[in-house]
This record gives sequence, structure tokens and C-alpha cells, in this order.
Amino acid sequence: MSISVNEASDIQREISERSAPDYLDQLEAEAIYIMREVAGQFERPALLFSGGKDSITLVHLAKKAFAPGKIPFPLVHVDTGHNFIEAIEYRDELAEAINAKLIVRYVEDTIKAKGLKEQTGKNASRNWLQTFTLLDTIEEFEFDACIGGARRDEEKARAKERIFSFRDEFGQWDPKRQRPELWNLFNGRIQKGENVRVFPISNWTELDVWAYLKREGIALPSIYFAHERELILRDGKLLNNTPVIEPDPEDQIVTRQVRFRTVGDMTCTAAVESAAATLDEVIAEITISRISERGETRIDDQQTEAAMEDRKKGGYF
Amino acid sequence: MDLLRFITAGSVDDGKSTLIGRLLYDTKNILADQMEAIERASKTRNAGEIDLALLTDGLRSEREQGITIDVAYKYFQTPNRKFISIDAPGHIQYTRNMVTGASNADLAIILVDARHGVVEQTRRHSLIASMLGIPHVIVAVNKMDLVGNSEDAFLEIAKSYTELAEKLSIKDLTIIPVSALNGDNIVERSEAMSWYTGETLLSVLENVNVLKDQNQEDGRFAVQYVIRPQTDELHDYRGYAGRVQSGTFKKGDAIKVLPSERESKIAKIEFGGNEIPQASVLESVTILLEDDIDISRGDMIVTVDNSPIVSQDIEALVCWMDDKKTLKPGNKYVLQHGTARSRCSIRGIEYQIDINSYEKLDEVEALKLNDVARIVLRTAQPIAYDPYQKNRANGAAILIDETSNVTVGACMIE
Repeated sequence: MSISVNEASDIQREISERSAPDYLDQLEAEAIYIMREVAGQFERPALLFSGGKDSITLVHLAKKAFAPGKIPFPLVHVDTGHNFIEAIEYRDELAEAINAKLIVRYVEDTIKAKGLKEQTGKNASRNWLQTFTLLDTIEEFEFDACIGGARRDEEKARAKERIFSFRDEFGQWDPKRQRPELWNLFNGRIQKGENVRVFPISNWTELDVWAYLKREGIALPSIYFAHERELILRDGKLLNNTPVIEPDPEDQIVTRQVRFRTVGDMTCTAAVESAAATLDEVIAEITISRISERGETRIDDQQTEAAMEDRKKGGYF
Repeated sequence: MDLLRFITAGSVDDGKSTLIGRLLYDTKNILADQMEAIERASKTRNAGEIDLALLTDGLRSEREQGITIDVAYKYFQTPNRKFISIDAPGHIQYTRNMVTGASNADLAIILVDARHGVVEQTRRHSLIASMLGIPHVIVAVNKMDLVGNSEDAFLEIAKSYTELAEKLSIKDLTIIPVSALNGDNIVERSEAMSWYTGETLLSVLENVNVLKDQNQEDGRFAVQYVIRPQTDELHDYRGYAGRVQSGTFKKGDAIKVLPSERESKIAKIEFGGNEIPQASVLESVTILLEDDIDISRGDMIVTVDNSPIVSQDIEALVCWMDDKKTLKPGNKYVLQHGTARSRCSIRGIEYQIDINSYEKLDEVEALKLNDVARIVLRTAQPIAYDPYQKNRANGAAILIDETSNVTVGACMIE
């Protein structure tokens, strides 16, 4: 088919008049590109799925990337046993709805099999221990790439991590020896035993994720929206009242209307007081919020200035 | 609202981190708890006043040494645009990080200390910005407060920079006198420099036209993955997944597959499983063809009347990034270009470019970390490329070490 001169200039005009693309479209196209690079470059990739909003976004992007085909990798969840029941239910329903293979491995089993010592006392968490289960799962299934929902705006160590983040055979991240990541040419070449953590929504902010969930009409676990709940008030933070949190004499048990802004382990994820019952209301609250996501809700990052950096060097995702 | 990616480059102590901190602060993108954390850190280091530079210092080793060792990304927005700021370190030994950061930037801010003017690193950073084809460059002449906000001092630096820029291919240049510390001409106009009538830094960032920079002419689509559901209802479905690198594709377009040269027509373009009328630059879509031809990852779909160069012999500017091994003629690597990978061997080093004086050095035997040179290489399979300065997306390639698998070279094909 040849194009006449007139038609060609029409196309030129159309292009020059095209409005600037929407940032959500740009971020979505980039994330889909990254997902497809994973499918194209690796033999046995997996998508790390927790039931949280970021990994829910990942699953939605993966669906779009490979439609009308199925997502060409399993969903993997490292279950600490301290997850919110609502997130676990959502996880199982979603996996079934999209006919995806779901692999669940339990930190509890790793603790027993390896005789690992759990943290005790106030603010004890299995956050660090889940690294062992994750590395075992990677070995068991010989995963060469694990897709995760981490974002660079979350935390300062993450702000420096590559989209294709190379990990040695011990799962360790070495910030000083990262591969240069140029243009959109992702280098996923590895030796057997090594693997790559891939972060397709690296360049998204918290607000971008919320705006995208809304635009795409994606359902979320109910705990993201305002509801009444019995909570532990500890050091100014509201934690779910659950037996997995070791009590402290100073704890107060209170009932409040809250929602969760992030969904991690119950032991280290705090609720925020809120009446926001819809995505629009949540977005409105976050837009005017003057506190960052992890600052407001994560107890694990506040222990030292380099908490995340240290966890990642040890193989954390 | 669209997205602009910009890189900031400057020498150590040019005030780069302060400039980013200032942009975030004056556009109200710093949250309360982040501010508190900075205040805490400022106090522990006896810095006295709040140090906005602490906003971009990420890793512990950086905080200890007070330097930035790796590319850091920051995200902020104004009512007009969303920004990704790429912070590239100024240290000599980390030039490869600037190349890395610059590869994805639409705009570069190059910092110049008003007291020192154009220095060696300014020349280096400008060369990299030009070599990587960054369409817009802002030279921020910083610390104007330390030269008495003098117009003469600014004009002299502007003149010497313009002379330098003439030797390079910088398409769109803006030079702005600023003080990141005081916030002059960053977001707010400077009262202290009322003689300056040009735009503020933020105003340029908000208004540069990024859409125009993209190559809209050459239809290029590197196939990433073939979607074959192989279910009963989609038995014969075969979709080619990829991202439009340049140009536009529409249903009915005559296309050619490279390197096989087989021709067909576009039967359908899909996004997320739904048909769409056309696909433009940077869109991730799925293309279905009228004919059943053999296509796999690494192949490229192009519009039939506009072909890239298909060749095994390639000349390129390379920035060498390996700190352990050197690049020498005869060495073999894996070349990754688009979604294609091919073994390649280095046929020769034509000349090295002194990135400070811009002189060409002949008879160079090997390239070390951060060296820039024009090399000739031969690939095992033909590569379908366009010259980098004409088509950034299809003229870029990386060299990968075959044994360590590390990315060791950035190539801009000529």
C-alpha cells in the first residue's frame, strides 16, 4: 500500500496536533514493556503477590500485557502467617478468577525446618525471616526472575535500585555493583543460581497507583477502605488487635474508624484514621496528606536510618 | 498531564542535591515526615540550618561520605506536569552513571558554579548530554549569591558556555542564573537578580515540548514476545507483543519483518486484548498480521517503505563501563539492540574522544572505564538499526560481557 502525498501530510498534521500523552498511559506502557521483557528473557519467572495494592496493580498490568493469553508465570506468595485475612482471601479469589497458578510458601514452615529464631518482644516481626522462605522458594522452583511491586518513591534505598535488579546466588543486592541500566535495554543475563528481581512500577508514585486503580476500576481488599476495627494503640500508631502481636504493658485497646494505606504484615503495618470509603475519597485524602506512605504506616523502616538498605543487601525484595 | 524525565549533572559541591531539594521544597513536594527526618539528620551532623541536599542522599555509604554514588530517582509534580528527576553523581569515577541516567532523559540540567565558571566537568557533562542526544539542556549557573548576583559574571559564563555548546550538537539550550540555596530563579523569580528577564528553571521544565522530540516518522517495532494462547477459541491467534519505538502503526499498513525481509500487512492492533485503531510512539501493544510468517523475539516489524539499515558491520560511539577489564580489538561481547541479542567482535578502535578537550586521540589500544571512543564491530547476526542521532530508540545498544554478564558498554550507533 502506498501513501499519497496528501495522505502523508494529513498524518503529519494529525501527529503534530496530538495532545501530550497522559502520564498514566506512559507509566502503564513502560510497565507492560518491562513485564514482556521478563517473559521474553527468562525461563522461569514468577510474580511475587501479596494481596497488597501494588502487587494487585502488577497482576492487572500482567493481564493486559499478555491478553488474550494467560499470564505466563505463576503468582508466588510468601505467607508470614501474619497477613490480614482480607488480603489472603482476595489473593485466592483473584488467582482463581484469572486462572493463574498460585504458589504459597509459609514462613512458619521455614522456621520449623531450619530452627530459625523469631524476634521476640515489642514490635517483633517476621519481616526479616520471610527472606529465608523467599530464597528457599526461588531455589525450589528455580525461579530466575521475580517480579515485585516495589516503587522508588517508597524509600531511599529503593530510589537507587535498578528495574532489573541483579541478585547473586544468595539473593543479595549490592548497591555498589549494580549493572548500568541504559535506555530501555534491560540486561537479564545471569548464571544458574543467580536471579533478577524486576520492578515494573519502579517509576510510579503512591498516588499514581491509586489513580490507576481507580481509572481501571480494579477492586481492592476491603481493609483499604474505612471500617470500624479494634486496634492496639502503641507509640501513637494503630495496629490491628491480633494475637500475633506480642502485648506490651503500655498498649491501649481502642476502637476506631480506620483504613490501611499499605498492607504488609499485621505486626508492622499501622492503620490510619479515616472516613474514606471509596477510591475517590482515599485519593482525596492521600493528595492532601502531608506524611509519606511508609512514614505513616511502616514500623519496620523506622528502626534505623538504613533499615531497608540492610534488608535488601540480605536478600529482601 | 504528561511526564518529563530530567537529569541533573554537576561537579562535586556545585549544589546539585540542594537544587533538587529546592525544587521539591518550593513546589511543596516534601512531606512532613520527610522534612522532620531531614531536620533530624541536619542536627546530628551539626549542619545547623536545614540541609535540603539530604533529601537525595540515599544510601548509608553516601551519607557517611557526603557524596552521591549512584543514580537516584525522585518524583514530584506541579499542576502542569509530573517529573522524574534523575540525580547523576558528579564524581569523575562515576561518569558511567551519568551516561546511564542521561540515556532516559528528555532534558539535562547542567550545574555550573558561578565562582568557577565552565570547568572540566562542565565540558564532560555537556559532551555526554550531547552524545546521548538529550534534546533540551538547561545550564544553571548556581551560587550567584556568592558572586554578588553580578550580571557581568553571569554573561561571561554564558558566553563561554555558548562557545562550548557550538562544538556540540545541543538542540535547545537555556542558560539561567540561580541560587539553589536561596531559591532564586528556581521556582520563584529572583529579586536579587532583577536584571534577569528570562524564564525560571521550573518554568522551562514545565514548558518544554517533549512530544516534538520523538521520532514520529520511522515505524519501528521490536518484537518482545509472541502471544499464542493455544486455546480452543483462540487456536490460531498469534500476536506480536512489543512497544512502538518510533513512528506510528495502523491497521492495513504494509510492513516488513527484519532481518528476514518478509512482507505482510497489519491485520489488527490490540491493547489489553481489545482492538485499537493505531499505535504511536512508546505504546505497548500487540500486532497481528494478515499472513502467518515466522516471527520471534528479536525480530523487528517496520513500515515497508521506510527501512532501517540492516547490517552486521556497525560503527558506534561507545562509553566503556567496566572497571575490571578493558575493551580491545578482537574482544567478543554480546550486543543487545532492541530485543535482539547477537554475539559480536570488536574490529577496531577508530579514535578515542578526550571528553574534556573533545580532541580525537588516534592509535588507542584499549579502552578503560569511562573512556569514550568510536569503535567498529561486527555482529554474528544482522542488526536492523537507525543512526542514534536520528532515532534514539533504534540507535542504542549495550555490550554485555559474555562471562560475567555485566553490562560493560553503552553504544550509540552512527
